[in-house]
Amino acid sequence: MKTGAECILQGLQDAGVETVFGLPGGAVLDLFAALYRSPIEFLLTRHEQGATHMADGYARATGKTGCCIVTSGPGATNAVTGLATAHMDGIPMVCISGQVPSAMIGNDAFQEADTVGITRAVTKHNCMVRHVDDIPRIIAEAFHIANTGKPGPVLIDIPKDMQSASTDVVVAGDLNIRGYQDTFISDDKQIDALAEAINSSKKPVLYVGGGVIASGATAELTALARKTRIPVTTTLLGLGAFPETDPLTLRMLGMHGSVMANRAVSHCDLLISVGARFDDRVTGRMDMFAQNAKIAHIDIDPCAIGKSVAVDLPVLGDAKDILIKLLDRVEEIDRGPWMTEVAGWQKSFQFEYDKNESELLPQFVIEKIYEVTGGDAIITTEVGQHQMWAAHFFKYTQPRTFISSGGLGTMGYGVPAAIGAQAGCRDKLVVCIAGDGSVQMNIQELVVAVENDLPIKIIILNNGYLGMVRQWQEMFYNKEYSATPLLPGRYARREKVPQSDYLPDFIKIAEAHGAKGIRVGEKDKVAATLEEAFAYNGPVVVEFIVKPEENVYPMVPPGAGLMEMIQSMA
Amino acid sequence: MTKGNDVNHVITALLENRRGVLARVVDLISGRGFNILSLNVAPTHDNTLSRMTMTIKGDDHVLEQVTKQLNKLVDVVDVSDLSQKRHISAELLLIEVSATPSERAEMAKLAELHDATVVCVHPNSMTIQMAGELDKVEDFLNLLQEGQVYELIRTGVIISPRDGTVNSEQ
Repeated sequence: MKTGAECILQGLQDAGVETVFGLPGGAVLDLFAALYRSPIEFLLTRHEQGATHMADGYARATGKTGCCIVTSGPGATNAVTGLATAHMDGIPMVCISGQVPSAMIGNDAFQEADTVGITRAVTKHNCMVRHVDDIPRIIAEAFHIANTGKPGPVLIDIPKDMQSASTDVVVAGDLNIRGYQDTFISDDKQIDALAEAINSSKKPVLYVGGGVIASGATAELTALARKTRIPVTTTLLGLGAFPETDPLTLRMLGMHGSVMANRAVSHCDLLISVGARFDDRVTGRMDMFAQNAKIAHIDIDPCAIGKSVAVDLPVLGDAKDILIKLLDRVEEIDRGPWMTEVAGWQKSFQFEYDKNESELLPQFVIEKIYEVTGGDAIITTEVGQHQMWAAHFFKYTQPRTFISSGGLGTMGYGVPAAIGAQAGCRDKLVVCIAGDGSVQMNIQELVVAVENDLPIKIIILNNGYLGMVRQWQEMFYNKEYSATPLLPGRYARREKVPQSDYLPDFIKIAEAHGAKGIRVGEKDKVAATLEEAFAYNGPVVVEFIVKPEENVYPMVPPGAGLMEMIQSMA
Repeated sequence: MTKGNDVNHVITALLENRRGVLARVVDLISGRGFNILSLNVAPTHDNTLSRMTMTIKGDDHVLEQVTKQLNKLVDVVDVSDLSQKRHISAELLLIEVSATPSERAEMAKLAELHDATVVCVHPNSMTIQMAGELDKVEDFLNLLQEGQVYELIRTGVIISPRDGTVNSEQ
C-alpha cells in the first residue's frame, strides 16, 4: 500500500531520476511531503520557467531525461515556455504539475488552470491522472515516451486527491502503448540507395543536426565523414556532433552560418542530412537551397522527412543504427576537385572580426573564452547576437557541450540551463554566454547556483541593446532603434551613456545573490579576468562592456538564398 | 515544395476512447492552419477505441503532413487518408425544405427518387432524412432551388475501404 505521491517518487527513482527541479505550491503539498523523505535531490528554483530550463539543460548536458515539479495554475502556466523550448529542440523531459482536487476541476477553483489543454501543443504527450492506480504506469510511460523516438517533453497533471489517495498497484507492469511507435527498424533498401548515392557523388556534403547528438551517434558520424572524406556542416543544435577542429569541418550553416558551409551546400551534388529538420533559419530561401543536389534525409521523425524540402533519399530510423550500417557500405573515394574547391572556401571564409578594433569586441571575448578553457567547457547561451558569436568563435569538439535554445529562441534560457547542466556535470566547467537583455529574464535563478554550490560562470556581453533586434533595425528598418536600447530613460541614444550609468548594475545583482561580480571594459584584461573567474570556487558574473553597435556577420538576409550572404556593412 | 491543387481529403483515424483525445486531434489540425469541413466521432465495436472521420481541404503534400502528424500522437492508434483509395462513403442528412400543401406531393416524389424519406411534415415545410454516398447526396442537394432549403443538418461523411479493412488493429 502506497500513496499516489509515494508512487510518483518511486516511479521517478525507477526511471533513474537523481535530481529534480521545481517549486512547491498548494496542489503539490502531498508530493513535496513524500519528496522530503526521498533520496532524490531537489533543487528549489525561484520561478517555474527556471525549473523547466534547468531540467532541459540537465538533459542536454547528461543525455538523461530532465525532471521538474510545479504546482497547479500559475506554476503550470509558468512552465509553458520551458516545455515549448524543449519540445522544439527535441529534449527529453518529464514535468509533473499539481492540479486542484478532481471534484473541483472545471469550477474555476483557486489556482486552477486547464494545464493539459494549455500544454497540449508544446509537449510530445501529456495527460491527467484520473485514478491513483494508474500512477505507476503513467510515470513509466511518460519517461518512455520522453526519451524514445524523437525525444520531447511529457507533462503529467496530477490532482491533489490522487497524490494523497492510497493504492495497492505500486508497480508499472509491462509497457504497451498501442498508439506510440518507439522504434523504427531502418530499411536496408533505403540505406543501400543512400550508400550508392554517396559512392557515386562527386560533391557530397554532410548536414548534421541535434538528432546525431540525441542518438549518441557522433563517433559514427565522424567515422563516416573521415572514411568518405565528406565535409561536414552542422546546425546550431548540431554543434559538437563533429569536431570543429577537424580539417573536414565547414562549421555552422544557415542565416548566420559560415560562407564556406553555405557555399558548399549550394554547390554540392548530394546533401546528406542527419538528424536535422531543414529549419528556415538553416535553408534561407527554399527554392534556392541546395539547388543542384540530391537530398538525402536520415531522421527518426517521419514528420520531418519531406516536410520542408522534397527528399530524394529518405532513410527513416535511428541515426546511430543507420550510420553504422552505412559505414560498411560506403567506399573511400578520392574526390580531388571537390576537396580543392572546399579547401579554397575554407581558406577564404572563416568567421572573422576586426582584430584591430581598439574597443572591446564581443567576438574577442568569446575567442578568449575558447583559448582560456582550451575548448574544454560546457557552454550555454541565451538568445541573440551573443548566441551566434558563441557559435562562431568557440570551436566545439564534443557532443553535449553546446546548450542553446535553437528552435524556440527562448531568451532567459541560458542561466537556468547552465545551472541544470552543472547539477548534472558537477566536475565540468559550465559557462553561460549571455547578452545584457536576455540575462535579465531569469537572473533570479542565480541564487539557486549559489545555494547549491554550482559554480557556473555567467559571461555578460553588455552592449546596452537588445542587440539582435537592433541589428535588424539597423539593416532593414532605417536604423530606427525602436525599444531596443537598454538604458535609462533620460538617454535618447546608447552612445551618449557613460559606463557608470548602465542599468541594471550587474555587479550588484551578482553580489545581491551571493555570487562574485567582475566588470571589464578593456581588451588587455579579458584573458586574466576569465582565468580568475574560472578558477574561482563559486558562481561568478563577469560583465564585459563591449562595443555597442557590433553586428553578427556573415548573414543571409531574410528571404534570400544561402549564396546571398552579407559579409559586412562596408 | 510545390503546392498541388486543393481537394477534399477524408481522413479516418482510430483514437483511444478517452477524455481530451478529440481536443488533441482538433488542436493539431487547427494549429497547423486547416479548416475541418466535417467531423464525425463515435466508439467502435471495441469500446476502448473511437473512430474519427474528418474532411479537410488541402493539397496532397499538406495532407500527408497532417496524417503523419496525427500518427505521431500517442492517443492516435491508426490513421489513413482513404479518399485516395477505393472506398465506400456515407452521410446522414436532415433537410428542412419549403413545401406548401400544394408542393408537398412533388417534393415527396423528388425525395423518394433519391431514396430519401420524409420524416416530418410541417404546415409550410417538410423535413427529409437522407443517407447515402457523397455523390448521391450532392445530386439531391443540387436539385433543390436556392431559398428552398430552410435548414441543412449533416453528420459529416464516414468512410470505409471498399477492399476491406486497412487497419491491422481490427
